[in-house]
Amino acid sequence: MRKLIFGLFIAVLPALGLAAGSTVPLDSFESDHSDKASLQRGAALFTNYCMGCHSMEYARYKRVADDLEIPVELYEENLIFTGAKIGELMKNSMNKDMAADWFGAPPPDLTLETRLRGEAWVYSYLRGFYKDESRPLGVNNVVFPAVGMPHVLVGMQGLCAVEPSIGTPASVEPLSGNINNADVCPEYAIEGSMSGAEFDQAMYDLTNFMSYMGDPIKLERERLGIFVLIFVAIFFVFAYLLNREYWKDVH
Amino acid sequence: MQKLINWVDERLPIVDAWNKHLGKYYAPKNFNVWYFFGSLAMLVLVNQLVTGIWLTMSYNPSGEGAFASVEYIMRDVEWGWLLRYLHSTGASAFFVVVYLHMFRGLMYGSYQKPRELIWIFGMLIYLILMAEAFMGYLLPWGQMSYWGAQVIVNLFGAIPVIGEDLSLWIRGDYLISGITLNRFFALHVVALPIVLLGLVVLHILALHEVGSNNPDGIDIKKNKDENGIPKDGIPFHPYYTVHDLLGVGVFFFIFFIVVFFFPEGGGLFIEKPNFEPANPLKTPNHIAPVWYFTPFYAMLRAVTIDLFGLDAKFWGVVVMGAAIAILFVLPWLDRSPVRSMRYKGWLSRIALAIFAISFVVLGYLGLVPATEGRTMVAQVLTVLYFLYFILMPFYTRMEKTKPVPERVTG
Repeated sequence: MRKLIFGLFIAVLPALGLAAGSTVPLDSFESDHSDKASLQRGAALFTNYCMGCHSMEYARYKRVADDLEIPVELYEENLIFTGAKIGELMKNSMNKDMAADWFGAPPPDLTLETRLRGEAWVYSYLRGFYKDESRPLGVNNVVFPAVGMPHVLVGMQGLCAVEPSIGTPASVEPLSGNINNADVCPEYAIEGSMSGAEFDQAMYDLTNFMSYMGDPIKLERERLGIFVLIFVAIFFVFAYLLNREYWKDVH
Repeated sequence: MQKLINWVDERLPIVDAWNKHLGKYYAPKNFNVWYFFGSLAMLVLVNQLVTGIWLTMSYNPSGEGAFASVEYIMRDVEWGWLLRYLHSTGASAFFVVVYLHMFRGLMYGSYQKPRELIWIFGMLIYLILMAEAFMGYLLPWGQMSYWGAQVIVNLFGAIPVIGEDLSLWIRGDYLISGITLNRFFALHVVALPIVLLGLVVLHILALHEVGSNNPDGIDIKKNKDENGIPKDGIPFHPYYTVHDLLGVGVFFFIFFIVVFFFPEGGGLFIEKPNFEPANPLKTPNHIAPVWYFTPFYAMLRAVTIDLFGLDAKFWGVVVMGAAIAILFVLPWLDRSPVRSMRYKGWLSRIALAIFAISFVVLGYLGLVPATEGRTMVAQVLTVLYFLYFILMPFYTRMEKTKPVPERVTG
């Protein structure tokens, strides 16, 4: 039995390794689907900056409005740009063939991006752009080298002049009290409208929203799961007592 | 009620069937924890059938619509997410309980005379289950669905002369396409479940004909009381029906932890690349089959030498096939006078331990990308896997066995 448990443990081990997937160091990310304010800010960012190119074609506006507690009229007015009805799928009007000509590959649908690549990857990627004149669009990304996507959020973040230090969390030097890596980018070629911390928060919200979109039932699922487990535990108690009663006469 | 039962019983032997299979089916009273997995396999089978039927109601088996329809089930169908996670987790749970069930058989010699047919039906169930799981995994039409199927179907191409045509015939196309998806769907939801159910019935009928084995591996029918009832036997119902409820409780607790909190099973039950729609033009960096196939996949990759002018890949397929085929003849390889590991000698115990460890480590090696060192380990383990069977006629006869008690021990 012990051997078996050990065996199962070994069998599960690689999952931990595979989950990381990419070999580039990433910043850690912990999503919180109960933080509606964060999800709402993320929804606004996604709709304004991402959705022109990236659809979320497996999800419906109505579900997002309901789950994020955004009134339908407000949602229709501010977060639907295509004239779609609230019950429709979240598509956009970008022509895939033309997009392939412009960027080398059509921008992928992002409904499931956080589940495909992981939340930490998305969070790191969004903050990983830097200036690279050798690339056709003048930018590159430390998490996704030779990326075809332009730095859409340059107005907010600014343009980092050197490779941002993704994967090394901020730390305080014990002797001088200086904070290292408070901002992933030490030096900007173009200044943005946000400070490093503000941009990190905005990207947290955006990634959090994408994480929600990848797994919209997560909160409800985990809430139900608790009740199901309590039910099974109570069921077990009765099964145990029933079993003990019957087996009394077996010697 | 009694009148109704009598009315039916005069026309259909339901009382007789109830007694034969439940009410007066005498099972040994010393079943231990390993004996839960048979009934649990039945439970998972029912789960797969019921959730599968409801998934079919909303699934669209076409290359264009399959991926989107799975997301439709996950997002728009009421409780669709639960149905799908019960089904996808159930697939892995099925193999967990079946592997443990088979290991139980190896430990207590449940395949030995007179239970050879039970073992063979069980092996056929395992074979059909693998086909069922393989075809089911194509249906979500994600990247890993697609490329996993591509790799496995291409294996048939390694067979000399007919190989290429054979894989073409299986796919129905020059590469995995919507045609393949449609036929896999038909096989997954209609053909294979029918065969599976038939085999389960045969498995149980054969079991109830000769009676259940037990951890002591002794025949309880040799010791009967004056009424002809085995002294160490107890009626399956109610004793084992209530007893199995305990197993159901523990199983459900673990199962639902996965379903509700870790439905992807850390990337083992639903692999990450499967969140991207199938794309014939883009090969994933690392293609790994789902965990329950990986021991055999590791054996396939372990074969690296061309032999007799035939490709190493062909010999890999042969080894993989042989690894499963050899299990079928197990009842005739074991020459031990005793059934249970409790009374077999040290050689048998060590052999079984090495076998189990080899299988698990091969499973791990099949999951991770191959390196030179790993391939070498896989080669050694593959040899050990086969030695367990090939040497069995010798070590089971050579070793000194312990005396078997007359009556079951606790």
